Amino acid sequence: MSYAVKNLVQEGRELIAFRIGDQEFCVNIMSVREIRGWTPATPMPHAPAYMMGVINLRGAVLPIIDLSARLGMKEAEPTARHVIIVAQVKTKIVGLLVEAVSDILTITDDNIQPVPEVSSELEKQYARGILAIDKRMICMIDLDALFAEKESEAA
Amino acid sequence: MDMNEIKEIFFQECEEQLAELESGLLKLNDGDRDPETVNAVFRAVHSIKGGAGAFGLDDLVAFAHVFETTLDCVRSNKLEPNHDVLKVMLKSADVLADLVSASRDGGSVDESRTRGLVKELEALAKGELPAGGHEAPKAAPAAPAPKAEAPAPTDDSGFQPIPFTFEGFGDDEEPAIEGATYEITFKPRRELYAKGNEAALLLRDLSRLGEMSINCDMEALPALDKMDPEASYFAWKISLKTTKSEDDIRAVFEFAEWDCELEVKVAEENTSDEELPMTPVPFDLSILDDSAAPAEEEKAAAPAEDPAANAVAAAETATGVAKAVARAAERKEAAAPATPAAAAAAAPQTIRVDLDRVDRLINLVGELVINQAMLSQSVIENDNTGTSSINMGLEELQQLTREIQDSVMAIRAQPVKPVFQRMSRIVREVADMVGKQIRLVTEGENTEVDKTVIDKLAEPLTHMIRNAVDHGIESPEKREAAGKNPEGTIKLSAKHRSGRILIELQDDGAGINRERVRQKAIDNDLIAADANLSDDEIDNLIFMPGFSTADKISDISGRGVGMDVVKRSIQALGGRISISSRPGFGSTFTMSLPLTLAVLDGMVVTVAGQTLVVPLTAIVETLQPETSAIHSFGATQRLISIRNSFCPLVDVGRVLNYRATQANPVEGVALLVESEGGGQRALMVDAIQGQRQVVIKSLEANYTNVPGIAAATILGDGRVALILDVDAVVAASRGQSLKPEMSFAATG
Repeated sequence: MSYAVKNLVQEGRELIAFRIGDQEFCVNIMSVREIRGWTPATPMPHAPAYMMGVINLRGAVLPIIDLSARLGMKEAEPTARHVIIVAQVKTKIVGLLVEAVSDILTITDDNIQPVPEVSSELEKQYARGILAIDKRMICMIDLDALFAEKESEAA
Repeated sequence: MDMNEIKEIFFQECEEQLAELESGLLKLNDGDRDPETVNAVFRAVHSIKGGAGAFGLDDLVAFAHVFETTLDCVRSNKLEPNHDVLKVMLKSADVLADLVSASRDGGSVDESRTRGLVKELEALAKGELPAGGHEAPKAAPAAPAPKAEAPAPTDDSGFQPIPFTFEGFGDDEEPAIEGATYEITFKPRRELYAKGNEAALLLRDLSRLGEMSINCDMEALPALDKMDPEASYFAWKISLKTTKSEDDIRAVFEFAEWDCELEVKVAEENTSDEELPMTPVPFDLSILDDSAAPAEEEKAAAPAEDPAANAVAAAETATGVAKAVARAAERKEAAAPATPAAAAAAAPQTIRVDLDRVDRLINLVGELVINQAMLSQSVIENDNTGTSSINMGLEELQQLTREIQDSVMAIRAQPVKPVFQRMSRIVREVADMVGKQIRLVTEGENTEVDKTVIDKLAEPLTHMIRNAVDHGIESPEKREAAGKNPEGTIKLSAKHRSGRILIELQDDGAGINRERVRQKAIDNDLIAADANLSDDEIDNLIFMPGFSTADKISDISGRGVGMDVVKRSIQALGGRISISSRPGFGSTFTMSLPLTLAVLDGMVVTVAGQTLVVPLTAIVETLQPETSAIHSFGATQRLISIRNSFCPLVDVGRVLNYRATQANPVEGVALLVESEGGGQRALMVDAIQGQRQVVIKSLEANYTNVPGIAAATILGDGRVALILDVDAVVAASRGQSLKPEMSFAATG
């Protein structure tokens, strides 16, 4: 596992940290296009529960994913204080609904700890490491892995 | 720029030349005898030959050369372009097109066909006219003296033109020729100099042909500080008295032809020094002396052999110019008729632009329109006086954005001409194959429509044309027996009507054999044996899937791909097709298509609190159902009776899973739609908000296909609305589930 972590995060990488419920997560800042406020989405028929709908991002149709529901936690009840992280996942652009963006972290490999052995398949699928910063625990998410399943579902 | 890029440009130009060639030949076929048309045809073939030679495309060069030689006979009036001659030439144009595409994409051409045509062309050039031909007139009045023995100097391959010139006729021909004075306008472009050509040398060569006087037009010359040292600013107007032919004159410019504007015409007697509407400066002929150095920054001067003779000519020209200026002033208001060259120069200028760039622009403008609508809406919400300057500014902005949108859409709009021209070839080939005589008449070829529509139009149109030739028009014998012209006519026309393009395909054949169509439909289980159908309904049976009336499977049509495919591809474009037929007088297919695929006319509706857009093309009518019209059918189905027929009700909210239970139909509105399968369904929605044009946005770009949804759009309030896929919703109502694998009509 530590080998994988080393491959994924090179020295001095920047991460963007955000909050969902009482947990903190982070993603590579390179995949983040912009951060914007919540606007009501148009629901899509026959969509999974975490798919909140689509919004207009300067003329493009942007799907909004409730990251909380996607990670198997309770469904979000979006308010004006929620934010959307617009991120690039492979060739597509998606909006991730989170409660708040908390930090921008500059880390080195030494900060990353391997993910402990847990039974849940979902956590294993997306978690790529754990950071301990100021006594907080921040889980590092691999967006490509998280949405790989969704794509094969649709194909 | 590497070689491949240059080659690609050459092939693009070939396409244009081929189109020019074909339209010119068709004009000649219709009896046009304008020398300019012949010249245009000749030029097209000549340019292809020239370019092909540069890339070493030997097959293409060889064929183009033979073709050119024959065309030259037409140009010099040795060959009368009658129908038989033009038939060969049109076929040659087809082969030339094949050779071009074979050179571009690899591939091979029908060798024997090419060889056969080469023989026919050579025979024509030798004066062996095909049956029905007659001796060509020796000279048309306005044409240059028939002294043309003028294959271009590069003509060293293949066929040599007839060894027949008028030289042998001796001196009695001379007086007529001697008087020929040519007006030559020569305007080099910067490429001419860039390629190492020298205007002075060309002019000197020209002066060897006869007695010459030159005027240099220096009007374009800017002030010294603004001068581009590599640009070309001068034009020359030359009056040449010579015994040589126009071809000889053009031969002087052979290698510079593409890099200059050149016009050669025979001067009319009393206007031999009439000028173009510019103010020429008499050229100082003293510098024509060989020893005189060309003026430095001009990069050009015209030396001549005989300063003395030229001095005289200069004097003549000077007076001539003075006269001409005076005359030009007189005529200013009478708007002197433009010379052909001036007319040609006025032809619209074009540039080539990468399609991606245009698409990007269109996307940006689409966003601008949405943004402007959102801005207007929020201003209206926040400003209730309605008189502020912001409001006025917004109105202007709205007008401007609309104009920008229209202009940008117009960039993508193209005339349907190329597609129509392709059809004329198909008519020729198929008619030849089935032994019929058919003429294609096209109308409204300059009607413009979006490029994507044009690209997708060719296939269904080809199919319909083949059908019309194969089934529509009768054989010449049958036609004569029916008292018709043995030559059948197919008319293809295009016009704009209420924001759509209307394409009509009309043949004067036998019309639809309703008895046979009906029988076939009964045989194929498409209708009941005792069904009572109107003539119109019978005619439209041919659009049913799996319907083909061809008794025998031919090479041309009837391969099991019927009119249903045509109908489906037209519908995929958001269009409609219908047929009307009169027995004995022919059939007319009418297609109505949207002008663009980037926007769509839609009906904005509300379903379970959501806003949806239903494509207007799918909707037949809308109605407010009454309780008495709704009938339960089985456990869950409901039917609505419309004029004594029962039509299944489909609750859009249920199909899209917006609500758990069916809505009460009486509280909503029913949209009667016609779907791909032909059946009608009544789609239930809660309310209609209105009709509007929406910009189609792809859902697949960032998400995936959604069953029941064709695409998305953005409404004036900035929110995304989904565009309903009517066919998929109807299919779902037939019991097929809306699964993601299911395909639905592409709207992209």
